[in-house]
Amino acid sequence: MGRYILRRLISAIPVLLGITVIVFLIMAMIPGNPAQAILGAYATPDNVARINKSLGLDKPLWDRYFIWLWNMLHGDFGRSYSLNRPVIDEVMDRLSATAILAGVSWVVASLLGILAGVISAARQYGLADKLITFVVLIGISIPSFFLGMMMILFFAVRLQWLPASGMYEIYGGGGLGDLARHITMPAIALSVVATGVIARLSRSAMLEVLRQDYIRTARAKGVNERRVIMGHALRAAMVSVIPVLGLQAGFVLSGAVYIEIVFQWPGIGQMLVNAILQRDILLVQGGVVIVAALYVIFNILVDVAQSLLDPRIKT
Amino acid sequence: MSKFLALLFRNRLAALGGVVIAVIFVLALITPLLPLQSPDDTDTAHRFLLPFSGGHLLGTDQLGRDLLSRLLWGTRLSLAVGIAAALAAGFVGSAVGIVAGYFGGRTDNVIMRGVDMLMAFPYILLALAIVAALGPGLMNALIAVAAVNVPFFARNIRGITVGLAGREFVDAARLSGKGHIRILLTELLPNVLPVIVVAMSTTVGWMILETAGLSFLGLGAQPPQADLGGMLGEARSAMISSPHTSVVPGVMIFLIVMSINLLGDGVRDALDPRLRSGALSRPKPATDVRRAGPVPEATGALLEVQALETQFHVGRRIYRAVNGVSLAVRPGECLGVIGESGSGKSVTALSVMGLVASPPGVITGGAVRYKGDDLVGAPYGKLRSLRGDRVAYIFQDPLSTLHPLYRIGDQLAEAITAHHGVGGREARQRALKLLRDVRIPNPESRIDNYPHEMSGGMRQRVGIAMALANDPDVIIADEPTTALDVTVQAQILSLLDDLRRDRGLAIVFITHDFGVVGQLCDRVAVMYAGQIVEEGPTQAILDAPAHPYTARLIACVPELGGGRRALAAIPGLPPSVDDLPPGCAFAPRCARAQEGCTAAPIDMREGAVAGTPGRAVRCINPEEAIA
Repeated sequence: MGRYILRRLISAIPVLLGITVIVFLIMAMIPGNPAQAILGAYATPDNVARINKSLGLDKPLWDRYFIWLWNMLHGDFGRSYSLNRPVIDEVMDRLSATAILAGVSWVVASLLGILAGVISAARQYGLADKLITFVVLIGISIPSFFLGMMMILFFAVRLQWLPASGMYEIYGGGGLGDLARHITMPAIALSVVATGVIARLSRSAMLEVLRQDYIRTARAKGVNERRVIMGHALRAAMVSVIPVLGLQAGFVLSGAVYIEIVFQWPGIGQMLVNAILQRDILLVQGGVVIVAALYVIFNILVDVAQSLLDPRIKT
Repeated sequence: MSKFLALLFRNRLAALGGVVIAVIFVLALITPLLPLQSPDDTDTAHRFLLPFSGGHLLGTDQLGRDLLSRLLWGTRLSLAVGIAAALAAGFVGSAVGIVAGYFGGRTDNVIMRGVDMLMAFPYILLALAIVAALGPGLMNALIAVAAVNVPFFARNIRGITVGLAGREFVDAARLSGKGHIRILLTELLPNVLPVIVVAMSTTVGWMILETAGLSFLGLGAQPPQADLGGMLGEARSAMISSPHTSVVPGVMIFLIVMSINLLGDGVRDALDPRLRSGALSRPKPATDVRRAGPVPEATGALLEVQALETQFHVGRRIYRAVNGVSLAVRPGECLGVIGESGSGKSVTALSVMGLVASPPGVITGGAVRYKGDDLVGAPYGKLRSLRGDRVAYIFQDPLSTLHPLYRIGDQLAEAITAHHGVGGREARQRALKLLRDVRIPNPESRIDNYPHEMSGGMRQRVGIAMALANDPDVIIADEPTTALDVTVQAQILSLLDDLRRDRGLAIVFITHDFGVVGQLCDRVAVMYAGQIVEEGPTQAILDAPAHPYTARLIACVPELGGGRRALAAIPGLPPSVDDLPPGCAFAPRCARAQEGCTAAPIDMREGAVAGTPGRAVRCINPEEAIA
């Protein structure tokens, strides 16, 4: 198992390099003088000279990439000019907020989605199935940012149950209870679409598995139906559900950008959008590379989980 | 095509989605012709008017602009941008995919590695990076959304092209001297185009949502121009005081996305033939029972099947798989049930414990009695308590009948713990003993194997061990040796025979092989088209078959050594059981058929054949006289 994880980690190196190449090439598309674009309103001659030197902007593209990569490998992602602090510090400050929001949503979506899919499949064409299918259809069609706004309107303004925003510091004074109160609405709004997608997939995976001969064998043994569904069938269905859980983590992370804006959640998404509007290119660049790299590593963990579940995968 | 449309519109939800999106499309198309105010006319004196007031059907926004007009123009813009993004992504992605799939080799490798790397990003990060580089704006948002979706098309289209590139017509084109570009455009493109179109139509909703999202963030459409996402973004600051300005564009996005989703699901279902036949429904825990007619009386055998009728209801068709079958076994007896594929022998076997897949299977008549108790229509709890405990099954092809993700020891132990409250260690000890009983070498190391780590013969032994787990009274073996080679088959048969003698098991042995029946079974029942056509002691039937079908079936078995008998295949095919003649179903293939064979149902006639009593035949012109 240890060797398998190591092998997967090594195989991630080219992907991580590819990510840096892609981000670099996108940023190289910036029209005009790159130093000017990177600095935007902060383009004093001093700053231009400094950035030209640190990024090697007078050198050819190829050299610039390696300077950038070298700097990144040393933890130097450049300096955010709109915030006047190192990019890495700002990203690290905000990473935990996004990780908590996306993580909670992903876990909720995975658990609820699988549960709904299992119930739906076990009661195919029954009332529960029809109800779940209908709710799921609505769930995957409603834009998360619109849902978030409507939730604020209803639960925060009308009923005054939960705060609409005000999550300024994740590790601030409020403690866990405060975090729970603030995260409830954004996490729900963020998890709805993923829950729907996972529920649909789990349903069809379960239906596929329930028709297999080994389910008939389990029933012929006299295993009770609850265990047939929650044990034999679900375990086999998870083989096709788990890769989708990994994919959905990416969608949850993407949706977090909208939700952070709607609920003023102090995470990476909010930072990126502000950075784009401020034309703070280095901050965008650093944020994208770091989050994408973490996502790649997360997907390796998903692969490892898959190999733990399925003995047929060569480890 | 018309069949496809018919299927699509039979799905009511898909039709509803189609109608809604069509209406929205038409509205968007005719927006410039409608008598609307200009979407950009500001009127600060009448800001945030509520719907149905001041001549504004949907009210006004924060600058006093007419919301209805802005909604329709915004919808038009959103649809246009979404479709443009889908076209762009579809075009570029398909081009990349076709090239990669057609040329293969290193080209394919390099391109697909690049695609994989693009897919390693959460999609919005890539879109944000592109917008950051190009600057906010609707056109740049469109480019970003299209670019993010290119890998999806590239991957799908490549997969299909790879399949096509190896086909004969491409080779033929190449041999006829066509260049690569002509082959790509004239041979491959027409074949992948339908897939591209379907992929585009199902992703268009997604792209509308993504561009709306970017506009919502302020990175897409810039004021005063607004698509639906931009409207929602602008309305956000006034959301609490004037919610209607948010609700109007939000609901429109929702309607568009939902109707496209509904339509897309319908398209997918109509294109997937497996869904068409309803084959994707899952079997219930026990077969449905809708029994009409009288229930036969108990006779006292250990297990008896009485006038059993099991049917498959598929759409309006009714397949009579089992059509009045009666069988009985006593303790220590082995009964063979033999017939061609589709004769209903397996369905008979599965009906005993309600294991016929339902839907589509339904038991419509007769009874199945274990020690006199009728199991047809018995509560699930009663069936479950007998399954695997008193009546156990051995199935064909143990690779698919054993769970691939559980160790065999756990699967064996579960057979025990499902019925007896024994602890884990005790169950494992018993599982070890079972493996020893079925003569698996090194059971201590084998017990922790997964099924895929064993050979076919070993897996079948595990299947038998599982059936023996609770020392049952009856074992129903459904072609347990069909998937095995002859030496292993002989071992398994002698193993079953020993177990029967040692434990007094009753065995119902389903097979299509008279050779196997001759080795193991005391009595044999021959099935054809859902009915038993002949029954009697094995040796007597082998020596002097009475039913012409039995005679032909025996003639099909190759003889070792002498080879004096000519091998004879049976001409024709078994009938389809949804359209059976009233009389003998074998008559059309029978050399001895005469008038009256197909006129009316033929009863089983019991008596002695060639001096052996206890035989029964369903034939009016048998090979041997019945006395």
